[in-house]
Amino acid sequence: MSNNSFTPTPKHFVAPLEETPLVAIDAVNVGERPSNLWIDAWRDMRRRPMFWISAVIILLVIVVALFPTLFTSVPPNDNCQLSNSNGGPTSDHLLGFTKQGCDVFSRLVHGTSTSLSVGIIVTILTTVLGILFGAFAGFYGGWLDSILSRAGDIFFSIPYILAAVVIMSVFSAYRNVFIISLAIGIFAWPATARVLRAEILRVKNSDYVMAARATGVTNFRILVRHVLPNSIAPVIVVTTISLGAAIVAEATLSFLGVGLPNSTMSWGNDISAAQVDLRTAPQTLIYPSLALSITVLAFIMMGEVIRDALDPKARAQR
Amino acid sequence: MSDPTTQNVKPLLEIKDLQVGFQTTGGIVPAVRGVDLTLMPGQTLAIVGESGSGKSTTAHAIINLLPGPGRITGGSITFDGKELIGLGSKQMESIRGREIGFVPQDPMSNLNPVWSIGFQVEETIRANGIASGRKNVRAHAIQVLKEAGLQDADKRLKQFPHQFSGGMRQRVLIGIGLSSRPKLLIADEPTSALDVTVQRRILDHLETLTRDIGTAVLFITHDLGLAAERAEQLVVMYKGKIVEAGPSKEILENPVHPYTQRLVAAAPSLASRRIQSATHATATHALSDLEYAPTKVTEGVDLIAAAEERVEKAPAVKRPDAIVVRDLTKVYKIRGQGKGSSGEVIASDKVNFSVEKGTTTALVGESGSGKSTVAKMILRLEDPTSGSILIDGTDVAPLKGKALLDLRRRMQPVFQDPYGSLDPLRNIGNTISEPLQVHKVGDRTARKERVFELLDQVSLPKSLITRYPNELSGGQRQRVAIARALALKPDVVVLDEAVSALDVLVQAQILKLLADLQAELELTYLFITHDLAVVRVIADNVCVMQQGKIVEAATTDQVFDSPQEQYTKELLNAIPGAGITLGV
Repeated sequence: MSNNSFTPTPKHFVAPLEETPLVAIDAVNVGERPSNLWIDAWRDMRRRPMFWISAVIILLVIVVALFPTLFTSVPPNDNCQLSNSNGGPTSDHLLGFTKQGCDVFSRLVHGTSTSLSVGIIVTILTTVLGILFGAFAGFYGGWLDSILSRAGDIFFSIPYILAAVVIMSVFSAYRNVFIISLAIGIFAWPATARVLRAEILRVKNSDYVMAARATGVTNFRILVRHVLPNSIAPVIVVTTISLGAAIVAEATLSFLGVGLPNSTMSWGNDISAAQVDLRTAPQTLIYPSLALSITVLAFIMMGEVIRDALDPKARAQR
Repeated sequence: MSDPTTQNVKPLLEIKDLQVGFQTTGGIVPAVRGVDLTLMPGQTLAIVGESGSGKSTTAHAIINLLPGPGRITGGSITFDGKELIGLGSKQMESIRGREIGFVPQDPMSNLNPVWSIGFQVEETIRANGIASGRKNVRAHAIQVLKEAGLQDADKRLKQFPHQFSGGMRQRVLIGIGLSSRPKLLIADEPTSALDVTVQRRILDHLETLTRDIGTAVLFITHDLGLAAERAEQLVVMYKGKIVEAGPSKEILENPVHPYTQRLVAAAPSLASRRIQSATHATATHALSDLEYAPTKVTEGVDLIAAAEERVEKAPAVKRPDAIVVRDLTKVYKIRGQGKGSSGEVIASDKVNFSVEKGTTTALVGESGSGKSTVAKMILRLEDPTSGSILIDGTDVAPLKGKALLDLRRRMQPVFQDPYGSLDPLRNIGNTISEPLQVHKVGDRTARKERVFELLDQVSLPKSLITRYPNELSGGQRQRVAIARALALKPDVVVLDEAVSALDVLVQAQILKLLADLQAELELTYLFITHDLAVVRVIADNVCVMQQGKIVEAATTDQVFDSPQEQYTKELLNAIPGAGITLGV
């Protein structure tokens, strides 16, 4: 760059029109297909390997839970022979035997439905309670908010595992999948409610809510039509992740001996039964634990993927 | 100040073929495509452009403050003989602040709320090595605030950002930016978040300060009038390129590039000036007699032409009042500052005005003047503390249920933020037809027909019916919002800052659309705005509000020609471009 090329007098410079062709002001420029938050999120998720890995695992877990006999012909409890106690793998029994001489793989497969049912029931419970409490508290505000939020705070202040231990001890006579789900869910919903309430507080002050109100849309219809759909995204993320947490909670309770009765097959029960033989027969502990970890991991990963897809800011950072 | 025409003066800043791109998953998206500019010491240069033109990106590239994915992909930036591109972060830090000061756009978010003002000023002084030792730094900080035009600077040091108004915060930021006597100050839209009167005072102050220190200023703005008023040189950017550059006056008087012509024709501040000087020159209000040089606008909107057309279409006969507001008062109870006492804020204080059917009345005021509160009360989104509102002669206060629904049908709002006023999860068709559904107008097919008709009225293609708001630009969204407001065939439309968030060209188009719709559908507009320049183009009558009261109300011509109140005069003087003599 030479100094001579520069002239100090400001010149009136005009770019040739060909270089910057004018486009029509505010021209309509839309893509081929409609897109909104959910459609974009779906398009984004489809491109992530994490999504497909966790989706395949979750799908597999669901299929195993629904049709266990597709995966194993060995019955989990019958035909257990004590001669096989803590036995290693054989060609018919790939993962070896439990202390009672039952097939580890078969018990794993048949225990899936219990874990998954607890996860799903707890999630439905927490979501319904969380949405009811969170939505009404956030949207209507005032004294209703005070009552609902304080109620939530009370439940939130008690660790839900501790609460579930107490409930299960009291209702020791009725230990089944539904009661254990209830015990976990009844103290787990405030997290969902809080997330939703915060989001609703943000959304309800937006201009489109005001526009709807000025049009004469009723309050309840505004809540259902405009506010809830726009604040549900973080709830879905929390819900997916908490489904994994609920499965862990069931295993924890069963491990502590206050969960499901020993007669019910569940991963938690198997892990609990295996702890004494950890050194002599590690397969009895490792495989149920692996099944539990992988399933929970899949749900947590799915939650992360959905969070990334729904949060355009996080997406832009990539 | 050195005369730029003198030979042998080396440029302070020289940008050659600057290329900046943003890294995305789909590759690098160019934002600045080959920008050249030269700034002499002590000069002021303004970069003008719409959002997305690359003006801010250019400014940020100079001091290497590009946001996350931004990369300089080519060109050179020479500052005071040094090449800035490729400089290490340490070396850059020694230039940034010390030799190049920066005033950011938003004074509200650029001061850290947890530290006192004094701490933040002292931090800069220490970081730039201007002074050392507690006492010296403190004395210097007080000096900086004094220069910035703050009274009681020594007391102010101990205060926190929330105790400062927006204008005062921007003064502090300017003070910080100039504290080390930089050779260059980059001001990125320094006043666009502030009220016009504050803007004027701050820019006046900035001008004096930089002239005294001899600092060159690179001024980034979207307002052509403001740029021309404040800078000797203009650079007009469009889609990452410079389309026209040169002395401000020359560009305004004789824009050559069609894009610049569009901008000049659409800038409300310039249009209001032109109309003003024309009415003075001819002493009549017939805008058709204007002698302004008609710029060759190929497409786009000429605001003056639009205003002229509007006035021609206006009927001369007096018509009944659509809106009558009497002694309208709104008092907000607020929690007191400490001591558990509660106070009251009077947002609207005995406001009286009326709007004739088929005309436009503008409610003008700065932030906090109560103009939006009045609008919300008229829309029955807030209940008045006292006073009454009559729409077509009926008092709206006692209306409930069915009667209120009927009122809503006759009166619809359009809000400011086109990005916030449409539900992002409902498609355009559903958004526009929602009022029809709520009021149970017609059946499905009839509603769909009406939506098509409305899209046509606001000049949007029918295919948008299945699209979602995030696919549309700001202007298109505002058209959708207008279509929704018109769905029920209302008599009255309340436009709350409806064009304030739009780029000038789009703003001009929407103003034209509003004027056309008014003529076609005999709509009555209540136009809430802070921008007097826009008022000049769109309104028949003006009410100026200050601190909850209407201080002046008259026809637009009267307010502009012979303002009675001091406050109105201040507002008028604050319209950018006051100092420019246009070739009318």
